[in-house]
Amino acid sequence: MRDLIRAEIEPYVQEVKTDALGNLIALKNPDAPGPRVMLAAHMDEVALMIVGIEGNGFLKFRPIGGVDPRVLVAKSVVVGSKKIPGVIGSKPIHLQKPPERERAFTMQELLIDIGAKNKEEAERLVKLGECAYFTTKYEEFGHGKVKAKALDDRVGCDLAIRLLKEDIALSLIVAFTVQEEVGLRGAGVATYQAKPDIALVLEGTTASDVPGTDEHKHATTVGSGPCITVIDRASIPHPPLVQELFAIAEEEGIKVQVRRNTAGGTDAGQIQLAEEGVKVATIAVPCRYIHSPVSVMSKDDYEGAFKLAKSYLNRLQEREASR
Amino acid sequence: MKTVIKQLTEAFGPSGYETEVTALIQSMVKEHVDEVKTDVLGNLIAVKKGSPDGRKIMFAAHTDEIGLVITHIDDKGFLRFGTVGGVGISTLVGNRVRFAGGAVGAIYQEKGSWKELTIDKLYIDIGAENKEDAQKKVKLGEFGIFHREFEDLGVRLIAKSMDDRVGCAVLIEALKKIDAPKNTLYFVFTSQEEVGLRGARTAAYGIEPDLGIALDVTLTGDMPEARRMDVSLGRGAAIKVKDSSLIAHPKVKDLLVDLAEEKQIPYQMEVLDAGGTDAGAIHLTKTGVPSGAISIPTRYVHTPSEMVDIRDVEACVDLVVALADKDLTSI
Amino acid sequence: MEIKQVFRTLSESSGVSGYEHDLASTLQENCPWADEIKTDKLGNVIMLKKGQGTGPRPKVMLAGHMDEIGLIITKIEKEGFLRFGTIGGFDQRVLLAQEVVVHGKERLTGIIGAKPPHIQAPGEQGQAVKMDDLFIDIGFDSQEQAAKYVRVGDIATMKRDVLDLQGSIMAGKSFDDRAGVAAIFECFKVLEQVSHKADVYGVATVQEEVGLRGAITSTYGIVPDIGIAIDVGFGDSPGLPESDTIKLSQGPGVAIGPHVHPKVHARMVETAKEWNISYSSDPSPSPGGTDAYAIQVARAGVATILLSIPLRYMHTPIETIDYEDVKRTGRLMAMFIAGLDNEFVEGLTCF
Repeated sequence: MRDLIRAEIEPYVQEVKTDALGNLIALKNPDAPGPRVMLAAHMDEVALMIVGIEGNGFLKFRPIGGVDPRVLVAKSVVVGSKKIPGVIGSKPIHLQKPPERERAFTMQELLIDIGAKNKEEAERLVKLGECAYFTTKYEEFGHGKVKAKALDDRVGCDLAIRLLKEDIALSLIVAFTVQEEVGLRGAGVATYQAKPDIALVLEGTTASDVPGTDEHKHATTVGSGPCITVIDRASIPHPPLVQELFAIAEEEGIKVQVRRNTAGGTDAGQIQLAEEGVKVATIAVPCRYIHSPVSVMSKDDYEGAFKLAKSYLNRLQEREASR
Repeated sequence: MKTVIKQLTEAFGPSGYETEVTALIQSMVKEHVDEVKTDVLGNLIAVKKGSPDGRKIMFAAHTDEIGLVITHIDDKGFLRFGTVGGVGISTLVGNRVRFAGGAVGAIYQEKGSWKELTIDKLYIDIGAENKEDAQKKVKLGEFGIFHREFEDLGVRLIAKSMDDRVGCAVLIEALKKIDAPKNTLYFVFTSQEEVGLRGARTAAYGIEPDLGIALDVTLTGDMPEARRMDVSLGRGAAIKVKDSSLIAHPKVKDLLVDLAEEKQIPYQMEVLDAGGTDAGAIHLTKTGVPSGAISIPTRYVHTPSEMVDIRDVEACVDLVVALADKDLTSI
Repeated sequence: MEIKQVFRTLSESSGVSGYEHDLASTLQENCPWADEIKTDKLGNVIMLKKGQGTGPRPKVMLAGHMDEIGLIITKIEKEGFLRFGTIGGFDQRVLLAQEVVVHGKERLTGIIGAKPPHIQAPGEQGQAVKMDDLFIDIGFDSQEQAAKYVRVGDIATMKRDVLDLQGSIMAGKSFDDRAGVAAIFECFKVLEQVSHKADVYGVATVQEEVGLRGAITSTYGIVPDIGIAIDVGFGDSPGLPESDTIKLSQGPGVAIGPHVHPKVHARMVETAKEWNISYSSDPSPSPGGTDAYAIQVARAGVATILLSIPLRYMHTPIETIDYEDVKRTGRLMAMFIAGLDNEFVEGLTCF
């Protein structure tokens, strides 16, 4: 993932570096006058760490980040550096008693089967501590929708990369952070090094606009535009910055929504607290079924998020130029 | 049409004892068909001959209804009973039953909670003072049915045994309207559907049709807090996709849909997660028969108050009539 | 095409019970060994490979079912999500977050969703998400949009490409029982090399998952002397008792039970030993679940046997087999058929 991003952005930036945690930080126009703006998106995704190899060659795993075991059943994965294909199996319905079907599988009952004949063969292919990842492919479908794995936060990474490729004269620091899913750990470190004045966190966020969910619990709605966070568990984004984003959206005719939920946290929480504090705002693309092997977003929301971030940066640049 | 439905639904015909119903139907159809016969299992088969280039279509609607059978008469003259077909216990308490010999009785329960109600705790009171008195009115092993009259509510009708006398009525009305059809039509009024699609099985074996179509009731999902099912009263004939006895042959299903579209007959698609119809038996006959079903949306199936919408019934008639002349070479 | 490749194509194709018609052409185009191929009224594909010599020749029917379990659309919600029921037995617990293809006016990609975990009531998380609470998201925003492409009664299938695991282990959807169909092809291929008196009817049956329906009608038409059903059996996997399973990579399970003719069983085991083909013994006291059960009681009765290809995670989109077991099954059947003559067939009615 890191190498992929690095290759993609190198032509557009003056400097790319990684730090001790593995954050990837790119600097564009580092010497430009005016505010230093940070764009932050996290690279990590939900993954399953191999913690044991059974006598018969099946792999035991534990999730890194929030994974509901119910979404893992009967999915395919690739394991470790050798990208060994595997499947997550379960007991066949024929051999279950009806009450069993009402109970969710626990993480302990699920194992990865790579088709190894025995423990020795499995050990040759997979090392303890390696991770398994979902294999879902990117695909456009329905009415302007996209399905893919790990949209949270590959969509943020993608937005950041696109913004880097734009013709922007501001001093930009783009941080592709690590370990967001396990406690926003990469972002603080990255910000400390980068010393930005303003940070825009680019995210994929939960949309619950599905049947069986009361409307007041929808948080965000896919297709109603990118969403601007006013509060989450980890941050209250800088109110003037939030107001400015809403104003830009209105002037530019970008449909936006307020994130109607106070739960969850993003890198913004760590970024705002770095050193003497940083003005933060979060622009998020609503995604259904995050933290599962497949999530769904709207292309329009994604484009809206890009346009909003771009417009903000343009205005900042104009303001700086006219100063 | 309503008169036909009234007559049919008020007739007596639990599974295996359908003769009153078949006799009634015979009198209604004999003028309009080329041939009428009954077979060993009690099916009534009415034939309308088609042209030489036509195929054989078997339409099936069952004449039998769910019912009860007397299994014991106690010293005080109360009756214990078993069920014939899928009778829900909750539909019985306080209801009335009519027996083959004409006796009428009320069903009630022993003391105890509703939740623990089983068939063993129910009895029938036919007003007998003692065993001897009861034995004058009924016999052990005698079959009974719900005792209910037909009600005309305007576009909607309530009766017992709409399942499947309304299907019979559809066929009767259709065969009256059909003149010199392209296909040879076997209108089979089948016996013993409620106990395992039995009449249709032997009838189909004898007929060897090229296409099998059952006319039967289906459930709806349009009542308060009802099961999730996208069938409603008043939205037209229901074209079956599947139930537990049959996956409608895709070509047959499409043929019915195309026909409904072409003739502008209102229709809806039916996916039934339980229950079966005669088509389930027909399609497995010999080397197989492409089959489907046209269903009449019905609320409160297997209760004494089954409700249909006359507009749906008419749509079913139109679809059967249209099929009579349809070119079946694609199947 | 190599048979393994045909198997891959079959697995990735759609053919829910009653809707197997798309598979018929793949079978027809890839079965050079048959003298005649026909599709009967219910859609069974019957591939006849004639025996050598003048008649009467013994008739052997090989049955592998080509239908798969699937979903059927029962309702389009006003927000454009689809509710569904099942055709065949799905564990509701394997459905969440699966990708599907909805076979509407076009093939539509869909995702099976449920309400997100963080707004479920506490305690709900240890429970399986019920089928009734699941839906398919096809990315449309309203009933009107969705209804242009989908209607009630349309079929949906799992979207899953075949995965190659280690060695000859493969995972994918609908291996139950397209692996059985592949075994028939493997059998035909071996029969090209050996002489056999018997006429062999390879049948890719329909509607097994909803009640062995295709086997009922195809057997009636063929009237075989011997019927061999090839289905999948529970492969050894964690959490399952050894007695309920057969081991992967050790050949087919050879069933014994009320649906198996003792003489056919004895001959099958002898054949395996003679030709050094590995197999597992598979005692089956309750025989209802395969085509063998239907074949046995067709017309005046048929001597039947069941061979089971070991398969893990049955009725999920990641059913897992060892393809070598498919080959072993094909070869075992071929050598069994090669050894058949009229005398053996006549002996089947003498107990």
